[in-house]
Amino acid sequence: MIVYLVRRLGQSLIAVVAMAVLVFLGVYAIGNPVDVLINPEANQAEVAAVTQRLGLDKPLWEQFVIFIGNLLQGDLGNSFVYGRPAVEIILERLPATMELAFVALVLAVVIGVPLGVLAGLKPDSIGGRSIMAGSILGFSLPNFWQGMLLILVFAVMLGWLPAGGRGQTVEVLGMRLSLFTWDGLQHLILPALNLALFKMSLVIRLARANTREVALQDYVKFARAKGLSARRVVTVHVLKNIMIPVVTILGLELGSMVAFAVVTETVFAWPGMGKLLIDSINLLDRPLIVAYLMLTVLIIVTINFVVDILYSFLDPRVRLSEVKG
Amino acid sequence: MSLLQVRDLATHFFTRDGVAKAVDGVSFTLDRGEILGLVGESGSGKSVTGFSLIGLVDPPGRVVSGKIVFDGTDLVAAGEPAWRTLRGKRIAMIFQDPMMTLNPVLRIDTQMVETVLAHADVSRAEALERARQALVRVGISAPDDRLKSYPHQFSGGMRQRVAIAIALLHEPDLIIADEPTTALDVTIQAQILSEVQRLCAETGMALIWITHDLAVVSGLADRLAVMYAGRIIEEGETARVIERPLHPYTKGLIESVPHGKKHREMLAQIKGMTPSLLNLPQGCKFRPRCPRADDACLEEPALAELAPGRRARCVHPHVEALQETLVS
Ligand SMILES: Nc1ncnc2c1ncn2[C@@H]1O[C@H](COP(=O)(O)OP(=O)(O)OP(=O)(O)O)[C@@H](O)[C@H]1O
Ligand code: SF4
Ligand SMILES: [Mg+2]
Repeated sequence: MIVYLVRRLGQSLIAVVAMAVLVFLGVYAIGNPVDVLINPEANQAEVAAVTQRLGLDKPLWEQFVIFIGNLLQGDLGNSFVYGRPAVEIILERLPATMELAFVALVLAVVIGVPLGVLAGLKPDSIGGRSIMAGSILGFSLPNFWQGMLLILVFAVMLGWLPAGGRGQTVEVLGMRLSLFTWDGLQHLILPALNLALFKMSLVIRLARANTREVALQDYVKFARAKGLSARRVVTVHVLKNIMIPVVTILGLELGSMVAFAVVTETVFAWPGMGKLLIDSINLLDRPLIVAYLMLTVLIIVTINFVVDILYSFLDPRVRLSEVKG
Repeated sequence: MSLLQVRDLATHFFTRDGVAKAVDGVSFTLDRGEILGLVGESGSGKSVTGFSLIGLVDPPGRVVSGKIVFDGTDLVAAGEPAWRTLRGKRIAMIFQDPMMTLNPVLRIDTQMVETVLAHADVSRAEALERARQALVRVGISAPDDRLKSYPHQFSGGMRQRVAIAIALLHEPDLIIADEPTTALDVTIQAQILSEVQRLCAETGMALIWITHDLAVVSGLADRLAVMYAGRIIEEGETARVIERPLHPYTKGLIESVPHGKKHREMLAQIKGMTPSLLNLPQGCKFRPRCPRADDACLEEPALAELAPGRRARCVHPHVEALQETLVS
């Protein structure tokens, strides 16, 4: 197990380093931030002064060395716009995004798995077909459009839920969260649902396909032949087996959920990292963009790492072979 | 009264391409403690018969007619509620592939304890103890360690023993074993066979042993029922059926079994192929492959009692065999 962990950790590190290089080059290519930051009437000398202050006059390789050096110290530079450490600004917004992604993930599993299992057990029933049709919609309609539809129906037409913002928050373990106030929860429902819809469709399909496969296995028939109730056969024998692929895929998708949050946060004016990123891109706030991308990579890599460990707990076969290996 | 009486059982599969009559008019009787070998080629309907008996035929299949009278109750008429109380308790089943019958993500103790608790109102500790005893009974050593293991930590033979132990948990009156040794190698197969024979004698349970391998059941079963295209075409006491088969198909089957030497010499084979269930020949279903077929076979014969305890479904059975016995 230790060997496996170390090897797995090494892979994660390589991924982070590769991403650092790509991020640096990519951001370097998107234009000169000085043009945006400075008064258009400024003269050559003023431009040069700003360029020098931001360290943009140095050659590319030197900027990269500085970037990596700072990165290793956890310093991703000061935001051009806010004049404060970029990481700090993003971390302030992190709880909002993580809260959103987490609640969306829970929704996707809690709603998606039962629906998928149901559709898998009775694929030809009206219920089964409707669930599949719904999941196709969730899959194919653009995310922002689903978001606007949700706002239109639940906020504008029915007036049940607020259309945007975060609502009242409380401090929990040093993070400001909406989840634990009634007002905040109301604000959270629509964006979380919006972010969840795509993954929910994915979970439904995955759960359905796996349920259909597992339901045909001898061990399910044997479980029935043992005289177990249909309920126990489904909730223990079937569910435990389909949770392995569901957890794996969802774990891998959690990272993209954080990334997808960009759209949802924009539609629902949710003050998370995603919205910050869009604002920063408009202002060419290089350090902020870089910090966002690096943090996102770090989050994704960490999540994948955790999922691998979790996976080995769900599937005894993996657990054992890894212990030996 | 016999433990099980099956009368004209028909189980059909309603597929897109038509109705597959996998089991079509199967009748037999089984006494308490009796071992019946159900033999036939692949696709002859042995497994479907087995699943029909335990009420586990899944759509598009359905038991369409007939009676399954178990200990006085017709299960086909009584339906799922009756089966639910019997399944795992009085009728148990063992499957062919031991690699597939145990759930890979659940520990052995979980899979055994849940079986106990499904039919007995006992504490978990008591259930665990029963599970332990069942493992001991099928010859598994260090049962406490085994209980905490997962199926993949077991060999195929060991898994089949566990499956048998699970089937035995409630001391059922009837066990349906669907080719339980086919996937195992020969030595393990022999071990399991003698083990099962011992357990049957010990507990007095009846056994239906499904196989396509005549050699396997001939040493085990009291009686044989030979299936072909969803029907029983011959039935009788094992030794007599093997020595003097009445039905041309049974005769062909026996002649194709290697015996004596381990070397497989050139054996007599039944010519032709198993017919498709969707396109069965008129009259006797064996007609296209039968050396004795003639026009009289265009009308399907019934399963008739040709001698005491000897039944066959054939217009021209090998009755000369019976006469030989009488003469000698
Ligand atoms: N789910 C199903 N859908 C359609 N037809 C089926 C289904 N299950 C079984 N059948 C039909 O029933 C026939 C008999 O199947 P069965 O499994 O009982 O054969 P078997 O005698 O057990 O053969 P084997 O030795 O291969 O196990 C098959 O040939 C097939 O045509
Ligand atoms: S009925 Fe005719 S075709 Fe069928 S087995 Fe007997 S002899 Fe052969
Ligand atoms: Mg079979």
